[in-house]
Parts: sequence; C-alpha cells; structure tokens
Amino acid sequence: MFGWLFTSLPERRLLGTRPLQGPTPWVIAIMTFAIMIIAAAGLALAETAERVSEGAAARYSVQVPGGQYSLPQVMNVVRSAGATNATAVPESEMRRTLERWLGPSGASADLPVPALITFDAGPRTDLGAMDRRVRAVAPGARVIAHREALGPVLKSLRALQWIALVLALLLGGACAAAVVLAARGALDTHRFTIDVMHGIGATDVQVTQLFQRKIAIDALIGSTAGAAAAAVILIGLAAGAAFAGDLMGGATLGLVDIVVLALIPIALTVLATLVARAAVLSTLRAAL
Amino acid sequence: MGLRYGTGAEVLRDLDFRLSKGAFYFLTGPSGAGKTSLLKLLYLAQRPTRGRIALFGEDLTAAPRDELPPFRRRIGVVFQDFRLIRHLSAFDNVALPLRISGASEEEVEGPVREMLAWVGLADRASARPPTLSGGEQQRVAIARAVINRPELLVADEPTGNVDADMAKRLLHLFTSLNALGTTVVVATHDIGLINATPGAQMIRLEGGAVSDPTGTLRNPPPVRMS
Repeated sequence: MFGWLFTSLPERRLLGTRPLQGPTPWVIAIMTFAIMIIAAAGLALAETAERVSEGAAARYSVQVPGGQYSLPQVMNVVRSAGATNATAVPESEMRRTLERWLGPSGASADLPVPALITFDAGPRTDLGAMDRRVRAVAPGARVIAHREALGPVLKSLRALQWIALVLALLLGGACAAAVVLAARGALDTHRFTIDVMHGIGATDVQVTQLFQRKIAIDALIGSTAGAAAAAVILIGLAAGAAFAGDLMGGATLGLVDIVVLALIPIALTVLATLVARAAVLSTLRAAL
Repeated sequence: MGLRYGTGAEVLRDLDFRLSKGAFYFLTGPSGAGKTSLLKLLYLAQRPTRGRIALFGEDLTAAPRDELPPFRRRIGVVFQDFRLIRHLSAFDNVALPLRISGASEEEVEGPVREMLAWVGLADRASARPPTLSGGEQQRVAIARAVINRPELLVADEPTGNVDADMAKRLLHLFTSLNALGTTVVVATHDIGLINATPGAQMIRLEGGAVSDPTGTLRNPPPVRMS
C-alpha cells in the first residue's frame, strides 16, 4: 500500500529534484499553521461555549429592584424552594460592575442598584411557584434564567465555531488547489522525462508514484514545520492563560482537542498526496 | 491507414503493409515523406487518424492507453534526437527500460555494463548526456533501445552521428539482434548502411504513401531473414 514511498535510489533520481525544492512545502507549512491556529480557536470556543452552557443550565438569579430591604425575605423564599448555592451579590460588587460600564457615576450612591440573589435550581425546585412567592414578598422582583441571558453570547460562540470550521475547510481546499498547481507544474517541468518513460513502457501509475512520493515528502515536511510553529504559538498563548482565562472564561483545550490538532498535519499530508495522485493521473490520461 | 496532425493535411495516407516477424527493414524516402511519423505509429507514440494498426497480433487502434505499456516494453526505439534524460547518467539511461520492466538492481548491473562496453562507452557510464558527444549520446540511445532484447526495434537515423566504423559496429548489433528474432525497422538515408545489409527489405515512403509496386509489403513472404 505504501510501497511507493520507498522507491529505489535510481527511481528517485528520475525526477532529478531534491525534496523541499519549489514552493510546495512552504505553502503547505503556511496553510497548516493557519489551519491549526484557526482550529485551536474554534475548539477553544467550543470548550468555552460548553462550559458556559453547562454553568448556566441550572443557574438563576432573582432580581429585586431597589430591594435591599426585602432581600432577607426573598432569600428565605429561594432557600425554602430547594435552591442551592443561593448567594446575595454584595452591593459593592454590583456598583463595581456598573462603574466599569458607566464610569465613576456608576459608583454613586444616588444610582439605585437592584438587589441580586444567584442560585442553582435543584431537581425539586418549582421555579414558577418560586417566582410567584418572590413577587408576593417583593413586588417587581423576577426570577431570571442565566441561560436566557447568555443565549445571544452562546449563539455568537457557536457561530464563531462554525466560521472557524468553514475557514479551516477553505484553507484545506486552498491547500489542495495549491498542490494541484504544484503537481501540474512538476508535470510540465518533467514533461520530457515522462514522455521518455511512457515511450519505454512505463505505466501512468509508475510515473504518478514518482510525483506522489515527492509531493508526499514535501507535504509531510511542510505540514510538520507548520504544525510545530503553530504549536509554539499555542503553547505561548496557553502560558498567558491568565489573560486568556479572563477573556474566554477559562477556555482550555482538552485531550481530544489536542488529538484533533495533532491530526491536522497528518490529514493535510494525506490530502496533498491523494490530490497530487489524482491530478497527475488525470493529466497523464489526457496524453496518448 | 492514414495520419494527420490536428486539422492539417494527411502526412501518411492509404498505408497498407505488413511487417514479417523477424525481418529487417530499411525505411527510406526523401525528407518530409513521413518516415518519422510512420515510426511513431510503430512505437505507439501516435494512433492513426483512420484505418487500423496491429502489433504483435493485437489490434491496437483503439486500445485503451493503460493497455499500451506492455506492448511498448516489447519495442526498442532509437530516437533521431536520442531523447536521453539529461540529469541521468549514461548507465541510468540505459538501465531505464529494465527498471521500468521491474528488474532488480542485481539484474540491471551486469547487462547494462555489458551493453555500455559493447557500444564502447564502458568508461563513460557515469557521464551525463550533456557531457557526451553526439556520437556517444547516440550509442547510449541505441544501448537503451536494445537492452531489453525487444521484439521490434525501431530506429530513426541511428547512425547519423557516428563515424563509419561505429556505424558498422552498430549495424552488426542490429543484425545480431535480428538474427535472434527481433524485427528491425531502420529509417535511414545512408545507402552504405543499406548496401551492407543483404537480405534487408526496403519500405520506401514518398509523399506520405508507401511505394510497393511488387506488392511484397502488402503480402510479405513468411520467411525471416537468415
């Protein structure tokens, strides 16, 4: 199956070129680098979306407008309804948050700040009943599901994931197109040798294997170099994870994600080899 | 059969002849008569645009291209322009047909050295074609054509670039192969070469047609040259 990879030295001499000659390895290295960075971003976004979604699934808030006074009663209602991890968000924290958005005036005591209780709904928590009881003790208060508030964010994250996937596929397609051009260029360059080989009785498969091997080696070297460069960047980003963690909700790449990334250079090498084989065979078939 | 390139006029027309197995033919005719085109048909580099061509008892007129290589391996070709691969050594050029046929390096080494010695290039085995003279290149091309002991040898002006002694030596190589059963077709203007080969038959091309007044080419006697 892989016999074509281990051709004899005389067969390798037929093309008269060494590996890494021409632009193919460089193009594949750049494509691999870009695909891996985009794929890593897409996978990190998926991980983030998953975490946010999981975290928000059972997470709720009770918002009590101007309600620091009725906060203890509302907290009792929440706890008695079977909620866990019920916590009142301190007013100082609320004001700090507002300050980030509104500037120093957000911290002003004149600005009314709603009271906020966050909790996790338990399996027996009846949110409808809780909502009614909360409204009874604090008119205007309401129970808010975090997943509803985060819905647009999650939708954006999913959209970005798809964009990353489409970009990776487009780059893979561009890589395949570059290989087709390289294979055709190589055929033109070696047209004379091919004609002589055909005249002597070489089959299309024999001729194709020479090119297939060269492009496979170029692709392997290029994709490995591109992957190594991408790995350095990704490890560098991971090292700066404190910043990334704040920005992306602590997004990390799991073992499966790392395996997927590691498979990208291999997949590109296989893709380049198959595309080169198909391109060379189809071009040769156009001759007698 | 007939042959035309693109939409031009027919370069070969109404050809109708048979080659006897094991015979020796000289293909002659003025320049532009279609000798090289006829040879291309014989070594399966072209298909006739009309009519049919059969080689080794098989009609190859419309044979799929992937069925042609086994037939091409049975044909040795000496091209007028040698067609040596410039970046390969003389040894590798001569060894090419054996390697394409799947011979191992052990099976290649001996016969190629012997053949290079036979054409007087034993000491030039590692030289590349650009460093060889025209005559040396021609001898490498001939060595490559005959290394596989072909059933049909097609040569286009094979002695055009060699001196009289080497021409005689090469002709001896051709007649020796012919004596072993190889059918030989040599396109040449060299009357001396023709005269030095008693028993060889002539195919004369003129204006793209074969001159065959006695009909011996159309219905050749089933006797091979002794």
